[in-house]
Amino acid sequence: MSFILNQSTNQLINYTLHLADSNLILTQRNAAWCGHGPILEQDIAITNITLDLIGQSRNLYQYAASLINNNAASTAVTEDSLAYFRNEREFKNLLLTEQENGDWAKTILRQFFYSVYQYILYEKMQQSDNEQLAGIAAKSLKEVAYHVTWSSEWVVRLGDGTQESHERLQNALKELWSYTGEMFIPADYEIEMILAGIAPDASFLKEAWLKKVAAVFEEATLTLPQDVFMHIGGKNGVHTEKLGYILAELQYLPRTYPTATW
Amino acid sequence: MVKLGNDTAAIWSLLEHVPDPEIPVLSILDLGVVRDVKINSDEVEVVITPTYSGCPAMDMISMDIRMKLIEQGYKNVKITTILSPAWTTDWMTETGKIKLNQYGIAPPKMSSDKTETPPVCPQCKSSDTKLLSQFGSTACKALYQCNACKEPFDYFKCH
Repeated sequence: MSFILNQSTNQLINYTLHLADSNLILTQRNAAWCGHGPILEQDIAITNITLDLIGQSRNLYQYAASLINNNAASTAVTEDSLAYFRNEREFKNLLLTEQENGDWAKTILRQFFYSVYQYILYEKMQQSDNEQLAGIAAKSLKEVAYHVTWSSEWVVRLGDGTQESHERLQNALKELWSYTGEMFIPADYEIEMILAGIAPDASFLKEAWLKKVAAVFEEATLTLPQDVFMHIGGKNGVHTEKLGYILAELQYLPRTYPTATW
Repeated sequence: MVKLGNDTAAIWSLLEHVPDPEIPVLSILDLGVVRDVKINSDEVEVVITPTYSGCPAMDMISMDIRMKLIEQGYKNVKITTILSPAWTTDWMTETGKIKLNQYGIAPPKMSSDKTETPPVCPQCKSSDTKLLSQFGSTACKALYQCNACKEPFDYFKCH
């Protein structure tokens, strides 16, 4: 799918797709827990969170589709075509969101990192100069507040739990930490959005994110890792090999039966 | 074919009879998701806002509104979804809260109420209740248990 658009609209579309894609890919990952959660209540919790995430991504995809169609004077692009008919190089999700589920500790930590990021991002984005994104942010923020509470409690429960739960969370931290830096290294389209007053400043987000993570880690008896090499690329479509497998599963049905409906 | 005047009151009263698909004791007006009703020449426009971003009941609600109005002779029905201002449980009607409680779901507190008091058990009215999970059977509910009568119950989350 390629769009011929003017530069500034194009960057807004890229930014909106980046936000939508991160949610969608994490949704697909989390959804694999459905029916497999450690206990019924937590199975319901992770799938409820996932339902919120897919809802938020639908709002973002619908907005992106309207921008694309307005510019191209068409109605050809829909939320579904954006989710199901783009290839991995077109996906702009954070690398963090495509990391494997691993055990419950890894899923929890991935959710915690992402939810805290989303919370801080949306809290600021409510004041965005872009009314549509501001509206989506205000709406999503109420939902994300619950995700932050839930995932923080789990990080503390596992970190400050048994020796095994602590070790598992520590292992998850080792595997995931190097994917967190990408959140705060803006892509070109993001820089343009920051300059236009549409997206919040990345360095502010980093500071607020680290502060919250450090506070929860302290309670969870975890040590904040030292500076390590941070992977980037996801925002520009350069992914780990894992994304292809996710998309194969996610997109199989509509690509095989493009006219299928519920 | 119904002649459309500027009187939206008739449409509002029809919407009173569109139930929430997940909690059928509540009408969509009780729930506070209908934000506006407009008549644009021969078209009726109903403006709704979602409760939660991913609430699967919203598509159903749109369809139910359309069906109800078409059934009453309104041929040209447009449903518009807006996100802003974001829905809050403060928009739920008082009648709605009473109906919820009678149905066995503890109604939401007002968002201005910052006290930590847990919801009252809708079965035995005890205020000695505890949170089991922030996430319940649907996006809008949390799961509680009553320490007095031991019954688990849903609480409609303040949002």
